[in-house]
Amino acid sequence: MDLFLQQVLNGLTLGGIYSLVALGLTLVYGILHVPNFAHGAFYMAGAFLSFHLMKAFGLNYWLALLGSALGVALLATLAERLVFHPLRKASGLHPMIAAIGVLLFLEAGAQAIWGADFHRMQTPYTGILDLGGLVMPVQRLLIILAAFSLMVVLHLFLTRTVMGSTIIAMAQNRDGASLVGIDANKVSMLTFAISGVLAAVAATLYAPINLVYPAMGHLVITKAFVIIILGGMGSVPGAIVGGLIIGFAESFGAFYISTDYKDIIAFALLVLILSVRPQGLFTRGAH
Amino acid sequence: MKYLIGKPGWLLLLALGLAFPFVAKNDYHLTVMSTAYIFAIATLGLNLITGYTGQFNLAHSGFMAVGAYTVGILTVDHQVPFWIAFALSGVTATVLGFFVGIVSLRLKGHYFSIFTLCVGYIMFLVIEKWESLTHGTVGIIGIPAPTAIGPLTFDSPRSLYYLVFFFLVIGVFVMHRIVNSLLGRTFMAIRNGDALAEALGTNLMRNKLLAFMLSVFYAGLAGGLYAGFVRFLGPGLAGVEHTFEMTTYMLVGGLGTVLGPLLGALTVPWLTQYLQFLQEYRFIVFGPIIVALVIFLPHGLVGTYLGWRARRAANAAPAAANLPPTEAPAGASRA
Repeated sequence: MDLFLQQVLNGLTLGGIYSLVALGLTLVYGILHVPNFAHGAFYMAGAFLSFHLMKAFGLNYWLALLGSALGVALLATLAERLVFHPLRKASGLHPMIAAIGVLLFLEAGAQAIWGADFHRMQTPYTGILDLGGLVMPVQRLLIILAAFSLMVVLHLFLTRTVMGSTIIAMAQNRDGASLVGIDANKVSMLTFAISGVLAAVAATLYAPINLVYPAMGHLVITKAFVIIILGGMGSVPGAIVGGLIIGFAESFGAFYISTDYKDIIAFALLVLILSVRPQGLFTRGAH
Repeated sequence: MKYLIGKPGWLLLLALGLAFPFVAKNDYHLTVMSTAYIFAIATLGLNLITGYTGQFNLAHSGFMAVGAYTVGILTVDHQVPFWIAFALSGVTATVLGFFVGIVSLRLKGHYFSIFTLCVGYIMFLVIEKWESLTHGTVGIIGIPAPTAIGPLTFDSPRSLYYLVFFFLVIGVFVMHRIVNSLLGRTFMAIRNGDALAEALGTNLMRNKLLAFMLSVFYAGLAGGLYAGFVRFLGPGLAGVEHTFEMTTYMLVGGLGTVLGPLLGALTVPWLTQYLQFLQEYRFIVFGPIIVALVIFLPHGLVGTYLGWRARRAANAAPAAANLPPTEAPAGASRA
């Protein structure tokens, strides 16, 4: 039973991280209808920025998190201005390829600055909580808490503030949003900035129990894509539920099936689900 | 310039390719060129599904790895003669492509790309983890060189160069025939608007599947050649970076042309050779180039040139005006 609960906690940890990354991806998709392949690079950049801020400037964990969130938000906004904005009217293939260009550039850039080595990120929370036989590293609890509170904040922002509503409005109907006076440029930039913040926070939370290296975004972003396909591209609740599904599938799969193949589980799940339901789990109508 | 269009241009390229070993300063240059040819074959395949049919397949390098591992596993672990294994490399990729295709091609646009991205990852992870079959991260070492056919031996870089060149020429020729046939027109119709194509009576699924299988056949064959040429295989070959590289080649030359991807696949590796110090960081240069090309030259070098030519022809002869400039990538196949 303890082992089972352990897996539940692991699933929540993974699911929280995946949901944060998938949320950024799904918001951007809702606005621009571009699968942003560069999102994984934003995630990686977030981890490296925090790592660098902590190592070179001796900032504490939370300040580094804040700094990297701001930094990646800026990076994402720049990418929107320089790359995606000029391509907003191009055909489906071209923005996708441009996103790949951004991804390749950021990864090679990180490698040039910090090298291809694996780095370990320090965290002040190295303790382990023992809750009646249930062993829980504090960092993991922190991830769960932080990830889910950020989701609540995001939800409140999107539904209770005018600024957040503009994002929802534009995702629902671009022309309609323009007609009521919503500035499409502002909303695009804002959405990219939010997605950057989410990626940076997810990366900084997860990095201490993982490693920091230039290719760290690959698997995470691919899984995030799996999640938003399952949850419906552009859907906020879908991203959260999908993230949890993949998180749980992975933690239980690693435990009950095989650790070697745990990374395949998410993809196998996608192939399986799309073979039966090409429209995804929670969406109506075909893609 | 106009003498270089059509047959004379292709014959010139053929002559250049045949003469290259006599001009090349050393074996290293031959190796670079042969590797470029192998990736050019795979890029031609990617271009059929992406440039002509409009479905961006991100698992392409995975299929190339499948072809390569077919040769590697059969020749090293089962002592199958090289040529039989090589013939099977295209077949394995195509059979696998059939099953991946019937699932993935039901999805449209971005969904197809993301799905194939995941399929590519599955391929990579399976190759990396299934040690008893693929030797895992150690890779397959000691793949035999292609065995002699009669008096033709393939033990020198020069003979290997001609072998690879031979397959590239066949590949280009067949691709040229495909895209200029009714089938090729069907693929382009699907790219330009699948609803319209369907309304005109095109069986979408069957044609997309055919394009997909043909495209991965090229990838599998290129993989088989790669195995015989490099004679060492690691799971890295399946990495999505290789698909990204092929995308760059395709984009530099021009999506949806035969000449474009070929030129891209041949020139870009040479650029990287000259930017040798960048090897590791070549994407710092390539990334922005990709973005700039997509924004400013979406049809690539060849596509832009053909579009310009088509517009000029349309202006010069109003009779030819029924060929709108937006048709450039489609018309490009004739060059």
